Parts: sequence; C-alpha cells; structure tokens
Amino acid sequence: MSTGATSTGAMSAVTAQDTVTAAAAAPDRPQPFAALGLTADEFARIVGILGRRPTDAELAIYSVMWSEHCSYKSSRKHLRQFADKAPATDVLLAGIGQNAGVVDIGQGYAVTFKIESHNHPSYVEPFQGAATGVGGIVRDILAMGARPVAVMDALRFGPADAPDTHRVLPGVVGGISFYGNCLGLPNIGGELAFDPCYLGNPLVNALCVGVLRHEDLKLAAATGPGNQVILFGSRTGPDGIGGASVLASASFGGAGEGAKRPSVQVGDPFMEKLLVECCLELYRAGLVVGIQDLGAAGVACATTELAAGGGTGMRVWLDQVPLRDASLGPAEILMSESQERMMAIVTPEHVPAFLATCAKWDVQATVIGEVTDSGRLEMSWHGALVVDIPPASAADEGPVYDRPARRPDSQDALIADDAAQLPRPGPGSEGFGASLRADLLLLLGSPEGGDKTWVTEQYDRYVRGDTVLAMPHDAGLLRVDESTGLGVALATDGNGRYCQLDPYAGTQLALAEAYRNVAVSGARPLAVTNCLNFGSPEDPGVMWQFTEAVRGLADACQQLGVPVTGGNVSFYNQTGSAPIQPTPVVGVLGVHDDVRRRLGSGFGSPGASIVLLGATRAEFGGSLWAWLRHGHLGGLPPAVDLEAERALADVLVTAAARELLVCAHDVSDGGLAVALAESCLAGGTGCIVTLPADPATFLFSESAARAVVAVSRGAEPALAALCAQAGVPALALGETGGSALEVSGLFAVPLDELRDVHRGVLPALFG
Amino acid sequence: MTARIGVVTFPGSLDDRDARRAVKRAGATPVELWHGDPSLQHVDAVILPGGFSYGDYLRCGAIARFAPVMAEIILAAAHGLPVLGICNGFQILCEAHLLPGALTRNQGRRFINRDVRIRIENNTSVWASGYDLGDEITVVLKSGEGAYVADEQTLGELESGGQILGRYVGGNPNGSVADIAGIVSEAGNVAGLMPHPEHAIDMLTGPAADGLGFFTSVQRAIAVA
Repeated sequence: MSTGATSTGAMSAVTAQDTVTAAAAAPDRPQPFAALGLTADEFARIVGILGRRPTDAELAIYSVMWSEHCSYKSSRKHLRQFADKAPATDVLLAGIGQNAGVVDIGQGYAVTFKIESHNHPSYVEPFQGAATGVGGIVRDILAMGARPVAVMDALRFGPADAPDTHRVLPGVVGGISFYGNCLGLPNIGGELAFDPCYLGNPLVNALCVGVLRHEDLKLAAATGPGNQVILFGSRTGPDGIGGASVLASASFGGAGEGAKRPSVQVGDPFMEKLLVECCLELYRAGLVVGIQDLGAAGVACATTELAAGGGTGMRVWLDQVPLRDASLGPAEILMSESQERMMAIVTPEHVPAFLATCAKWDVQATVIGEVTDSGRLEMSWHGALVVDIPPASAADEGPVYDRPARRPDSQDALIADDAAQLPRPGPGSEGFGASLRADLLLLLGSPEGGDKTWVTEQYDRYVRGDTVLAMPHDAGLLRVDESTGLGVALATDGNGRYCQLDPYAGTQLALAEAYRNVAVSGARPLAVTNCLNFGSPEDPGVMWQFTEAVRGLADACQQLGVPVTGGNVSFYNQTGSAPIQPTPVVGVLGVHDDVRRRLGSGFGSPGASIVLLGATRAEFGGSLWAWLRHGHLGGLPPAVDLEAERALADVLVTAAARELLVCAHDVSDGGLAVALAESCLAGGTGCIVTLPADPATFLFSESAARAVVAVSRGAEPALAALCAQAGVPALALGETGGSALEVSGLFAVPLDELRDVHRGVLPALFG
Repeated sequence: MTARIGVVTFPGSLDDRDARRAVKRAGATPVELWHGDPSLQHVDAVILPGGFSYGDYLRCGAIARFAPVMAEIILAAAHGLPVLGICNGFQILCEAHLLPGALTRNQGRRFINRDVRIRIENNTSVWASGYDLGDEITVVLKSGEGAYVADEQTLGELESGGQILGRYVGGNPNGSVADIAGIVSEAGNVAGLMPHPEHAIDMLTGPAADGLGFFTSVQRAIAVA
C-alpha cells in the first residue's frame, strides 16, 4: 500500500499511515468500504464531499458515523414525526438531537433521561455487554450536566427453560448488577419478559435518569476558537473497534497483526464512578465549555459532533491520545469504543485547574486538540495530516433512506384468528371456580407472570437514599428535594405480542401502560423516551411495523400531551430471516409534587374498600392468558382509548394528592387476577372480592385504562365523586383483609400458596 | 453537645452521602473526611461507609486500608475513638485488623439486596447503646461479599467476649458463620456491620426506621461524655 506519512516515531504503525497527501497522490487505491459497512453509493458520496478519496482514518470516521447505529439513516425520516407532532409544552429545556432530553420539573430542577439498547453485545458476551450498556447510558446523562441518580432496565429473553437463556440471562443480570451497583446508582425498576422470538436475539435496554439545576445544563458544542480539547478517563484500547468487526479487514489501517479485536467492550464501573464525581466537580467549578461522552464510534463521534455542534473547526493530534495498546493506529483510535471516556472543551486559562481536578480523582486527562475557526476537522498523526473533513458531513449529513415498507400478507390471517373464540371457563360449568383458580396460578407461576425478585435482588435499590418506590411497584419513584418532597417517577413498558398483532396500537398501549404506571404512584406524566427494537429495516414487513409504531407513538404522545424527548432505534434484531416481535419500549417520566404522598401497589392493611377503575371488556388478543393457557397469539390487542387513560391518570394523581387512596396498582398483563394477587403479595394482606357476570373476562381480560385501588377509610364518596366527574367507571369489588385472595362463590387461594407459586418460578429455573 | 461524626470518602465510596444524612437525622453533625487527607478534623467518631472502594477489584477493602486517613483512624481507634464500618467499611476494618475475621463471597455467589432482620446481641458499644438486648430490627443487606468468617479460636473469643453485635434472624442470607451480621472490637469502640442501618432511617426511603438507633446511640454517648 502507498504511504505518505512523515513518520517521527519508531513504531511500525506510525510509518504505515495513509495521509491526506497520499490520498490525493494515489486517488485510485482500492479501499475496503464494503467491509466497513458502506455501500458503493455512500462511498461515492464521501469522495464527492472531500473531492478526493478518503484516507483510511477518514473512511473509518464516515463508516461509523454513517452506520445505522449512529446516523439513524433508515429511521430518521420517520422519527421526524416526534418533533412534527410534538404537543405544545414548555417543559422541554433540551430535546431530540442532544445526548438526552432535559425536562423542567419545577423548583429550579430539571431531569434528563434516556433509554438505549445494548442488544447485540449482550448476546455475544452477556455480562460485559449488559454492563457496558449501563455505563454508556450513564455517560449520556452525565454529558448533559446532570448527576445520574438511578437506572432501570427492560429485558427480553428466549423461553426461560431454553439452554441458551441460561447462558444469557444470568450473565446479563450479573453484568447490570456488577456495573450499576459498583457505580452507586439505584436500580428502581424495569421489565423482564420471555418469548421464543428473543432466543437468538435478547433485548437489553438500559435507562438512566439524572438531575440538574436549570443553569447547569451542558451542551455538546465546541465553541471558542483557541479553546482546548481534553480527552479524559480511561486510556484508549483495542476493544469494541467498529462494534461489529468492521476493522477485521487485515488490509485496513496498516496496523497489520492484531486484526482479531474484541468487538464487545469491557466495563470498569470504578473508573466510571470516578469520572462521574470528577465531571460534577468540574461542572461546579465552571471549568467546562462543552462536553461529550464517548460511546459508539468513540473519538470519531465525539470530535465530529462537538465540532459540528459548535459550528467551528477542530484540530486534533491523534498521537496524543493515551493508549492501552501502543500498536493502535489512527483509524483504530478513532473507532475504538473503549469505555469510561469523556471529551471536554476548556478555555486555555482553565486547563491547569481542569487537570488538577482530574488528578484529584485519579482520572487521566490529556489535551489532544484545540477548537479552530476553519470549519474543518483536521487530525494529525506524528505531524502528518490524516483527516481533513467538514465535521457536519460526518455528524449530521449522513445518508437518509426511505426504505420500502409493506404490510405483510400474513397480518390478515393473524388478526382473523380472534382470541375471543378461545374456550374460557363459563358460569355454571363443571368446576368453574376451580378452573379459574387454576388459570390464575398458571399465570402467576409462569416466568412471565412470576415474581422477579431473583433478578431485582441482585440490584442495589437503596444507594443514595432517595428511592421511595422500586420493584415490585409499577413505577420507580425518586425523591429529588428532601425539603419539599419533589420527586420523579419512571416506568418503562413494551409488549411484543400486542405489537405483533398491531404495531400502531401496540406501541400506543406501551405508552399508555407506562403513563398509567407513573400515574398510579401519584405522579403526573410529563415526558417520554423510547427504545425501538425491531428486525431488519431491509425487510419491508419489518419496516412497516416500524413506521406504524413510530406513527402510533407520535400520535399518542400528541394526544396525551407528553413530548418525546429522545430515544434510540435498534434494528437488525433477528436471527436469520425471523425478526423479533416488534418491541418498542416506552419510558415515561412523571413529576411527583410530594413523594410523601406516594402510592405503592400493596394492600397494606385490612378493611379498605377495593375499587376497579376503568371499563372491562372481553379483550384477550395478545393477552398473557391466551398465550399461556392456549399458546395463542392472534386477533387484535386491547382497544386504545387515550382519553380514558388521561382521565384515569387525572383521577389517580388527584386522589393521591388528596390522600383518598392507600394503594393503587395498574391492571395489565394477566388482567385483574394477576393485579389482585400482586397487590395481596406486595402488602402481605388478602382480599375478598365479588365479580359481576362473566368472571373469566373480569379476571383475565387485558382491557387498558384500568387500575385497582384500595380506598382510605371514609374516602369512598369522595373517590366516587371524583370518578363521576372525570367519567371514569368505578366498580366496587370488595375489601382488603384476611390471609387469602378470595373471589366470592368461586375460589380462594391462601396467600402462602400464592406466594410459593409466584416466588418459586425464577429460583426453580435459575438456581 | 452535638457530636461531630466524620464520614470517610474513598474513591468508590457510595453510601457516604447516606451515612451523612443518617448522622444528621440523629442530631449529630456530619463531617466529610477525604481518603487522601490524614486530618481527622477533631471528629468525635468516624464512619467508614459502604461502597466499592477502589472498585474492590483486589480484595474488598484491601487497598482502602492503606489510605492516608486510615493510618490516623487506626491510631485514634487504639485510643478509643468510636469507629463504625458499614459493609465495605466493615471489610476495610477487617483488612486493617481493627476487627478480627474477614468477609467473603456470599454463599449463593450472587449480590444480594434484601431487607433483613437482625437481633441485637451487644448493647454495650457506643454504637448500639440505644437498643435493648434482644431487639430485632430491620435493616438493609446489599453486598456480594458479606459472609463473615473467622477461625474457631477467634469465633470462640467473639462469643465468650460478647463481641457479636448482631445476628441474622429468620434465615441466614449469605452463609455468614454463626449468622453473624456485625461484631465489635474487644474494647467495644470499633464496630462492623454488614447490613446498612443508614438505609433504614425512615419509612419513606427504607423498609423501617430501625437503623437510626446506631446513629442516635453514638450521638447520645458522645453528648453525655
């Protein structure tokens, strides 16, 4: 290969670099753009932008920045709806396009939150894949100027008894436990579900939330020519290069041997903890002009986005980047996804103080460049220019595709297979009560409906001392201000079965459930994040699912008045030609005016009236009952009624503030039967309820916009009046008490039996 | 008088903020101590908080015990300074030989975060004087290496000397020998607890308010001294 490097070093890697001069001199040298994931058209576009062929280092930058993961090239066209249909709101301080959205929660506080996928790494190497998923999202939050205060995770695995699930699940949970616990962030909730479609492609979505004062907001922008570019945190190593083996081409980059680079990163939560404390101290001292975390695409992403964000140029001395492996060349340094690194823009006079603070926290910090007014991103390697590009061309102006989308023909047959036709126990039939009881225990004793303590017990939920609600409650609730009681609630939800049947409605149901879960804690839903997990966008059927999901979410957010603040798209979740069920995971953030008035989900004391809020219809399509009892997935998911969701949330938030309720629990997977059982077990108190006609429907239907509540003594009339005013149906079911879940005239299950069935599932499977 | 209680922050300490909050809630004054600064700032007592000092990548607490502030704490403890190590702090005290024995990997090999019951077995220490002997309290266990071990002779001495601060009741969560959840030194001023009392100081953020007693105990003991 040709070389024009003016080498000064002794390393072989130094002498073999492709430079801008060399690229101009040898315009026709073949380049491995296809192996790096770029199409011929995309490569031609790069040549057009630069007016010459790219250098190896430039090609590395474009290949990662224009990847689906970084550029959202297949989804961008559709994601615009989140902005176009955004409800009028004054709570957004920063929105889509930043590292994470920032929401005003009052009293001078703001909250930033985001959810992101780490699916493929977690399948390849479950422990480190999941661990670094936590680390990555935490740095996104940190980069906004916020202190990260909690994490959550939404997990999907193959069947719980499949051998590979026993490789993946313990590793994923162990990785989240290891990283989050050591980092000192409480894990306050999330989801765990199983389905055969995730066997070859588990989902690991990590959410982080951070708190800041309004004035502390930081943006990823390199402004002020002459300001210094500082890389700090861990050294750069050969881990995670190109994410998916794009650098495996031995002919690329001139690094020669060492082609077998691990594509999954390795996490060091201790370094991340130091980085968090160090950054917050730097922010407090006013030493930071702009900041960006290093995640996917590492230095390539941070430098291009900072320079593009500032509308400036940047000069970078790549040979100054501290390395763990001295043989790395410029392309590898640019693409490395080594964890626990940040990049800051600092005025020259603040550099000594910046470096001193880093030294206090034992964090390595190195000046690797400076902001210029050239409008170009220029990088040198031992004196030779190896990168000279307009930064926005890589960061913001990647290709955008309008991929074909087509509703699969199989969709009609799926919907026609109506779950209403499934046999269900009917009144008067032989053993009616006993069969309802058996169905309840079937759901409660399944991995999907069973207790998740085996997982959540491995996570620290208490650290930082502000966790008011966590598992098994519907939402995580954090105190933000100890004196006023201001807090935030968070919930994530997603239902692949519903979305398989109808991606538009299924995504709206995911939003509705998360919205409801926040409201049952007494918090007012405020803003939305999302992680859209789908199969290959090159499959028109998958693309149809995706476009329907995005349209559904954008429409519903508009109607509910909660803006999407950011999110993440994960495509290519499939093994061979079989994609996963479309699985948009929706996170909702709410604000709680006074966390001392929070509502948990457990029946705490005997003698309280139990009321079911919302209307129940015979809706079994995509339900847990249909799936577990009949192995059936067909028909349509429960009807979406967003006005009913809003009215229900209003009632719950008002009732909590007026202290009319002792507990509230969302009714969703498994219907009222599972909700009642969970409330009994969470509070250690039984209940006696009486159901209207068609008890099977009341117990197992998954009609949306419902919650079961226990009412404060004497507050029944006030609650009834509130519901009447809001138009929310309220059905008195019975009262709390006793040591069994009893459905009058039909069956009773002692709490001990209920608990054994519920809690025994995961330990029996996973030890 | 209000006790001034130092809470040490090592790199990787996590529950330092929580310990300071508990100190304050008990009516004492929290004082931040930095691992690299040997000054104890004339505090009346010291808490080594939970966390993962230095990532616990070597052996839990094995590096933290060599921090400059620890040299002063070891010296002051010999002269009677009350010192409480919680979780990682307990591990550091064992590594520093201020307490006998060691904390090892949980029996189930997994990290456990669980609300646990412990029975108070020694209330002569300044850290537990507010409890009655036999009190059963709810606190929070959250650790991966919380199983206490010691050789038979040491165990015999701990038992006969009344140095068992508390034991798990209603099931041993981690395989700790003799259900030991916490111990005190022979002189009684140094205490180590594996579960976290600072996470059980009110019903809003904890499973109980039972843990506050450790902090009010030392505040009272110092106030009357």
